[in-house]
Amino acid sequence: MASQPGSVKIEEHRFILKGAWILQHYKQLRGEIASLKGQLHPESEPTSQIPWRDSYTLELQGITAMDTAGASLLLEFLGSHWLEDYPDVVAELPQERVRLLKTIAATMANPLEAPTPQASLLRLFLAGVGERTEAVWRQQWQLFGFIGQTLSTMLGTFARPRSWRITSMVAHIQQTGPNAVPIVALLTFLVGAVVGFLGATVLRDFGATIYTVNLVAFSFLREFGVLLAAILMAGRTASAFTAQIGSMKANEEIDAIRTLGLDPVEVLVLPRVTAMLVTLPILTFIGMFSGIAGGALVCVTTLDISLFQFISIVKRDIAINHFIVGMVKAPVFAYVIGVIGCLEGFKVSGSAQSVGEHTTSSVVQSIFIVILLNAIAALFFMQMGW
Amino acid sequence: MHKSDTTEITDTPAGAESEAIIQVRGLKNSFGSHVVHEGLDLDLYPGEILAVVGGSGTGKSVLLRSIVGLLRPSGGTVKVFGEDIQHLSSSERSRVERRFGMLFQGGALFSSLNLQENVALPLIEHVGLPREEAQHLGRLKLALAGLPAEAAIKYPAELSGGMVKRAALARALALDPEVLFLDEPTAGLDPIGAAAFDQLILTLRDALGISVFIVTHDLDTLYSICDRVAVLARRKVLVAASLDEVAATDDEWIQEYFHGPRGRAAQATANQAKA
Repeated sequence: MASQPGSVKIEEHRFILKGAWILQHYKQLRGEIASLKGQLHPESEPTSQIPWRDSYTLELQGITAMDTAGASLLLEFLGSHWLEDYPDVVAELPQERVRLLKTIAATMANPLEAPTPQASLLRLFLAGVGERTEAVWRQQWQLFGFIGQTLSTMLGTFARPRSWRITSMVAHIQQTGPNAVPIVALLTFLVGAVVGFLGATVLRDFGATIYTVNLVAFSFLREFGVLLAAILMAGRTASAFTAQIGSMKANEEIDAIRTLGLDPVEVLVLPRVTAMLVTLPILTFIGMFSGIAGGALVCVTTLDISLFQFISIVKRDIAINHFIVGMVKAPVFAYVIGVIGCLEGFKVSGSAQSVGEHTTSSVVQSIFIVILLNAIAALFFMQMGW
Repeated sequence: MHKSDTTEITDTPAGAESEAIIQVRGLKNSFGSHVVHEGLDLDLYPGEILAVVGGSGTGKSVLLRSIVGLLRPSGGTVKVFGEDIQHLSSSERSRVERRFGMLFQGGALFSSLNLQENVALPLIEHVGLPREEAQHLGRLKLALAGLPAEAAIKYPAELSGGMVKRAALARALALDPEVLFLDEPTAGLDPIGAAAFDQLILTLRDALGISVFIVTHDLDTLYSICDRVAVLARRKVLVAASLDEVAATDDEWIQEYFHGPRGRAAQATANQAKA
């Protein structure tokens, strides 16, 4: 379809331009022009224009086709003033080509590149460090603020049963609860089995393999049941909350809620956080049970401890307070995960990239905070001797 | 009122004896039991600005999408540059689609790329230009669409509605297309911005010699820049002719459209501008 590619030649003070000056040949034409300029003015910069009009004539009739890319190249090559300088050459060109060249020349009259402020690398580095530090600080500040705001809205709504959003809450319970049961159960079961194997291997040297039962039961009741369930929720639910609220934010739905005189925290955050408060304790319980079941399987199959013996050891040695220590953490984790997921959603701005960034951030933050809080709680409960 | 199948006026614009570059024949589109188009015929000639008008829900955007190949019609043929796009292999289709430029209603700029990267993307992917040169051409296209130089490194989320439209136009022009499809280009712009956008389209058509297919509701656009107007109603193109002929067509909807209060106002402004 395209005829012979464009070319530039010099023959005895004549510039001869030929062929199709179109986008497909842009790269090659640009190369030709650069080398031509190099021949004419080896010492000058390749981008500078040629003072051709004193000593050269111009032949453009051989050009068969031209588009915006070709026109811009031609104008860059000859300088944008040649249209006025050589009316006789321009007069020989077809009308529409002159129009194209004039339009592009008008466009190129202003510099295409905006001046960008130049800063030293050290300055940029320091500025970056400062920005990051401030962002982290602001993030924590916002998080504390949002935790408080959600709590106060929750307490305010609690007294008014008419404003409870039961349907929305039940829908979120459905999404965050029953649908998460299989993955939580499977994961804790596997970790329980691994802890069982670990206990069996280490305790065998002391002839105390029977204590594998205690190890599994202790670790799952106090720590692993709630921790694993919470980490799964952080990955599964916090990200979902962020993406849901984030795309609503990008679509101006949050603003619409505000202009309708409703409180986005009450409409969007409370049902989600309440749903988490309901489901995470249940998932924690399932996690504890299934983790211990995993440990029991290992004990029964490799340690010759019968299931009956396993249960009686658990009944004899493990007091109820270990279960309570595990369970009381669940609502706290649930609240923090839900709030972080929602807050990150509110921080989304416009772009698809922003939704992605904040979803990542909400998962990382909520897992981090869950592990941090769990460590603090472990220290506290140990010191208290609970 | 008259029967639509007897009154189709489809004439070619003056001086356009050449072959139509887009030929839609007997197009049928249906979603489930809902038939949007049936027996729809439409032509687009080289170098013309054709506007498609019609009430909401008459399938203007569906027509556009089935021409550019985003939607597979349930029946009929769409010939583009003499080839039936439905029967092309995917590589041949891609070659045809490169000769199209499409401006989506909401701009559809890639939100994770800045403007010059948005325009440079097709140049890098299809022409294989180095990034630096592609972005240089990208800046040229942005300037051509009337954006200031400092806009080139901004992201779509930082722009006003009018700037988004201009940037989207620059991206549609990136590959120097032969046909430009515009889906409601002036919707959501202020009157000054809309008039400037109309003039821009006219200038580009004159300078680049492209054909323009506009889906619009904007009566001022119709009066100021369009060569031909196609009216979509009752599942087909009722008329496709010059504005005066269309406005004179004896059809209830068309009369309402062109001679309602807004139509009269736009006509008066257009007449004033001519005088």
